[in-house]
Amino acid sequence: MALIINHLCTCCDACLHVCPNDAIRAEQPYYLIETTLCTECLGEYAEAQCAAICPIEGAILDELGVPLNPPGSLTGIPPHKLAALQRIEMQLQK
Amino acid sequence: MKLPVIPIIPVKANAGTDAGGCASAGCGSAPDALAHLPDEIRRKVQDHPCYSEQAHHYFARMHVAVAPACNIQCNYCNRKFDCANESRPGVVSELLSPDQAVKKVLAVAAAIPQMTVLGIAGPGDPLANPERTFATFRELSERAPDIKLCVSTNGLRLPEFADEIAHHNIDHVTITINCVDPEIGARIYPWIYWNNRRIRGVEAARILIEQQQKGLEMLVAKGILVKVNSVMIPGVNDKHLPEVSKLVKAKGAFLHNVMPLIAEAEHGTYYGVMEQPGPTAAELQSLQDACSGDMAMMRHCRQCRADAVGMLGEDRGAEFSLDKIDKLDTQDIDYASAMARRKVVHEEIIGKLEAQRQWPAAKVGVGGTAITAGRPVLMAVATTGGGVINQHFGHAREFLIYEASDMDVRFIGHRKTDLYCSGGNSCGEEESVLDKTIAALAGCEVVLCAKIGYEPWGALEAAGIQPSGEHAMEPIEDAVAAVWREMLAAGKLATPAAMKKCA
Repeated sequence: MALIINHLCTCCDACLHVCPNDAIRAEQPYYLIETTLCTECLGEYAEAQCAAICPIEGAILDELGVPLNPPGSLTGIPPHKLAALQRIEMQLQK
Repeated sequence: MKLPVIPIIPVKANAGTDAGGCASAGCGSAPDALAHLPDEIRRKVQDHPCYSEQAHHYFARMHVAVAPACNIQCNYCNRKFDCANESRPGVVSELLSPDQAVKKVLAVAAAIPQMTVLGIAGPGDPLANPERTFATFRELSERAPDIKLCVSTNGLRLPEFADEIAHHNIDHVTITINCVDPEIGARIYPWIYWNNRRIRGVEAARILIEQQQKGLEMLVAKGILVKVNSVMIPGVNDKHLPEVSKLVKAKGAFLHNVMPLIAEAEHGTYYGVMEQPGPTAAELQSLQDACSGDMAMMRHCRQCRADAVGMLGEDRGAEFSLDKIDKLDTQDIDYASAMARRKVVHEEIIGKLEAQRQWPAAKVGVGGTAITAGRPVLMAVATTGGGVINQHFGHAREFLIYEASDMDVRFIGHRKTDLYCSGGNSCGEEESVLDKTIAALAGCEVVLCAKIGYEPWGALEAAGIQPSGEHAMEPIEDAVAAVWREMLAAGKLATPAAMKKCA
């Protein structure tokens, strides 16, 4: 039972500071959660701490690969605008 | 309104002999825009480019990007991109470790003797990265004791760290306060991270506002100088900011800096994607005037990146990039002698500024003729600094805007010509640079520069803006006042402003 950080991570350090288990490693190109250390904060906090502070939608997944912060949940950008945003992001990543 | 002013009302006969002594007093702020402040505070900020309008012509600052994490989300921020073409807060190219940051500061301070200030401003919130932020300050206060330290924060954790800020001799703090009403805050901040939870909406804004205000009070009680930054978001907090200004002033903030929202769709921010418009130059100016009251307003802010290096409005960051810093051995930097050199340079500049402050305020009115009423005129000035008109029109990436009237010459602000982005494929603007520059100068009737080419001359004239290279190398306010008097004499100011509205 452990959470997963994916390639969307920007390495901003926010999760490093708040993980109660020191389960997050500052790997490159994106951070990594040590599965053996992660408890998903069960029994410690009401919310998994990394997912409670992460500013990037879709960067933290549960063990089934479901994002804890799905698209639009943090920015409040409505679904019909999200597609346009994704195009912008694709262009910038080129 | 008590604005920084340089009267150009008639002067006494004997003052007329002082003509040769005029030098620029900075951006049209009275020889001292912060004159209303107690001497003690004025001394603290006279060499701080971000606080003193005068100082920003002569002194340099740098930011080190050691603080990536943030604990709130603002609707004007998106931490995902670093577009090389843009320059806005919250964006950096390279993150530094505290050790790298210290090396970089020592290297820059040795290379740029005008450097007086080191700030930590992000790219996240410095107080959401307390170890990295304070490790950097701790080391620097030992190794570069002549550098002023300052920090910018969203204020959420300010009460928690007020003691530590005082402990590290950080005597300048900037808090970004966009509102004091949680209902308005809910439209600016979608969430905060607080007490191990992500909190949203009005409740989040209420907590943030409470912490900001408490932090402001604590810092003021400790004698730490506090500047308040506010982002002007039309339709969201523009009507509310005069109230914010009044409140933070009452609590002891010494400077309020109202900045325009930067929101472009390509930044991927909430406001950008939702097409929230930023203010026009005229709207910004009118709000800044409304907020000014008897508190110093800051009009020379360039909204720089969290890794900017150099004079305000310039960025020499590339000269001190991470690969260069890493190769550096701090043993090779002779900081002691660099510090001695810096001291000489600083004292020279301070002496010059002090001398300017002592001059009779009416210096611009040299010439003695009584000035009859004429309407105010906006003029744009191309300058590389030093308070004189010394830049070629085509080289200017920004223009300083002055308003001349029968009362005074005052600095209004600056307008960028490249609008945070110099183009490139992703930005897809077809407009020519000249068209953009002319649009940026909307509302101005004159542009003063050192030189100007034939083509832009014609285009400017066609747009109703009179170019002039006649005042090259002259002090800015003197030239602006002289041009205004010429216009008056030529009968151009008798008619009510047929001015084009600011874009």
